[in-house]
Amino acid sequence: MKKRMWQGFSISVLCLALPVLMLVACGGGDAGSDSDEAMPAEDTAAPAAAFDESTVGALHGVVKYENGDDPDTAIRMSADPSCQGLHTEPVYTETLKAMDGNLGDVFVYIKTGLESYDFPAPSEPARLEQEGCIYHPHVSGIMVGQPLKIVNNDPTLHNVHATPSANPEFNQGQPFQGMELDKTFDTAEVMVPFKCDVHPWMSSYLAVVEHPYFAVSGEDGSFHIDKVPPGTYTVEAWHETLGTQVQEVTVGANETVELELTFKPAA
Amino acid sequence: MSIAESFSATLEEKRGSRDHEPTRLPLSGPWLHRFASGLAFLVVFLIAAGANVTSREAGLAVPDWPLSYGTLNPPRWWQIDNVRAEHGHRLLAGTVAILTVLLAVWAHRREPRRWVRRLSLGAVAAVLLQALLGGLTVRFFLPTPISVSHAALAQVFLCLVVTLAVVTSETWQRVDGSGPRVRLGSIPQWAALTTGLVFLQIVVGAVMRHSGAGLAIPDFPRAFGRWVPPRFDFPIAIHYAHRLGALAVTLAVAVSVIWVLGKLKSTKALRLPVLGLTVLVPLQITLGASVVLTSKAIVPNTFHVATGAAILATSLVLTLHAWRMGNPSRMNPERSSLIEG
Repeated sequence: MKKRMWQGFSISVLCLALPVLMLVACGGGDAGSDSDEAMPAEDTAAPAAAFDESTVGALHGVVKYENGDDPDTAIRMSADPSCQGLHTEPVYTETLKAMDGNLGDVFVYIKTGLESYDFPAPSEPARLEQEGCIYHPHVSGIMVGQPLKIVNNDPTLHNVHATPSANPEFNQGQPFQGMELDKTFDTAEVMVPFKCDVHPWMSSYLAVVEHPYFAVSGEDGSFHIDKVPPGTYTVEAWHETLGTQVQEVTVGANETVELELTFKPAA
Repeated sequence: MSIAESFSATLEEKRGSRDHEPTRLPLSGPWLHRFASGLAFLVVFLIAAGANVTSREAGLAVPDWPLSYGTLNPPRWWQIDNVRAEHGHRLLAGTVAILTVLLAVWAHRREPRRWVRRLSLGAVAAVLLQALLGGLTVRFFLPTPISVSHAALAQVFLCLVVTLAVVTSETWQRVDGSGPRVRLGSIPQWAALTTGLVFLQIVVGAVMRHSGAGLAIPDFPRAFGRWVPPRFDFPIAIHYAHRLGALAVTLAVAVSVIWVLGKLKSTKALRLPVLGLTVLVPLQITLGASVVLTSKAIVPNTFHVATGAAILATSLVLTLHAWRMGNPSRMNPERSSLIEG
């Protein structure tokens, strides 16, 4: 009687657990696009336009920040003694890199106007480094289909947690120094936030675009986008807390257009 | 009567008295009850550990399951706050699961009542399902329905273990219907209603917590400066429902307290849980206010969840004893089933 009861109980638990275990094993997790690629659909669209590379121009400019304070604060890394031990000077958040009225870490890119062109993704991977328990770079760009190599340079564990909305979310651990993770993104998306659930202060933003005409403003607010085909474009500047600024520009043959984009403090 | 006849008569007398010796309580021995009680306290601690994970947003600090960073114990896990919280929670959950299986095995060896043995199996099933839900919530990046189910099932599991602790106690088994019936009026029903309200309040709190509505109403005790929020969306509605639920639970507990302490203060099995509630409920309200006023600081946030679990357990103890005392004849099959297989 007892033996039959135990058998019945064991079978019930197995029947309940097996489908759930299969779901756990097969579902969720790091469903990034580093697995086998799907066969591309037949291309029925019109052939991509070509442009004369001898006529390319450029977009140069500066991003300004108007009358705002720098809210960046020192990071307390006591949550991980290894991180704390890597720094002798205070480390500050990178939310707003403002200096002398100029704004750094602004992602500037051509948002519309390039739809008729086709740009193959480079094979050279972009890199996202975890060093000193900080993501480097804080803001960057990558092309659709271009590989991204994420490296743990720290003597502690990190988890790389990306929370895109158009691409699959992933969260993978890198418990040892030197571990690398390769990912690609199949859908254009501005922005893909990265975080580390172990070290809450770590964040990075990655823009995934379909062309190479993008840049990130430096500490002096300057940016350079070169070899731009002649045409009329919408240029967008993105900042993680200040939102976006948009400008319409026309780039003539061999012309360098100077832009000034200004952000204001949030109301 | 000769000496031999007298000796035989004495032996017969002793043999007869042994046949009518009262059954020793508790039926399964005192240590099963003590083990179950200790496990119940550990489950409350485990719920607190889980609340700590959510409070510090460390639910995905260990990105894989069932292993942690591909190992049984990630390197230096105890030194890194968020990993210690999540991995520590998993280790404690594993310990609770093993102890629950031990409890079920022990019950099957020593407990004569079939329904108690089945209850112990239910507890094992619940803790295994809870582990799977925990794994799913990590693998699917904390989806709200799974996170809320994980939180709710934790409370159900706690109730099962608390019930096992209560029904294996001597206090429970001493009530056999042979003594004078204790007049409890509607206390058993009211206690059951209160326990149901507490459980519902916990589930609403879990929905609020895991849908990010914990600060949907940023002030306390008012809501946006008023007693009723000026507008409603889902986060505000669920948060306000949790506050109204707190009021309902407080009133229900207050009635129980007045009733029991007023009429039955000599009944220890009812008095003790009621006194426990008089301490826990005001503490819970204070902690809830602190969560809002500190913008969800980790400590009050964690203790608020743990105290909610303690209130549920205490209210359940009151309910079980009240039902037992109010309906001893209906709940007395075990006396006739001592040797039930």
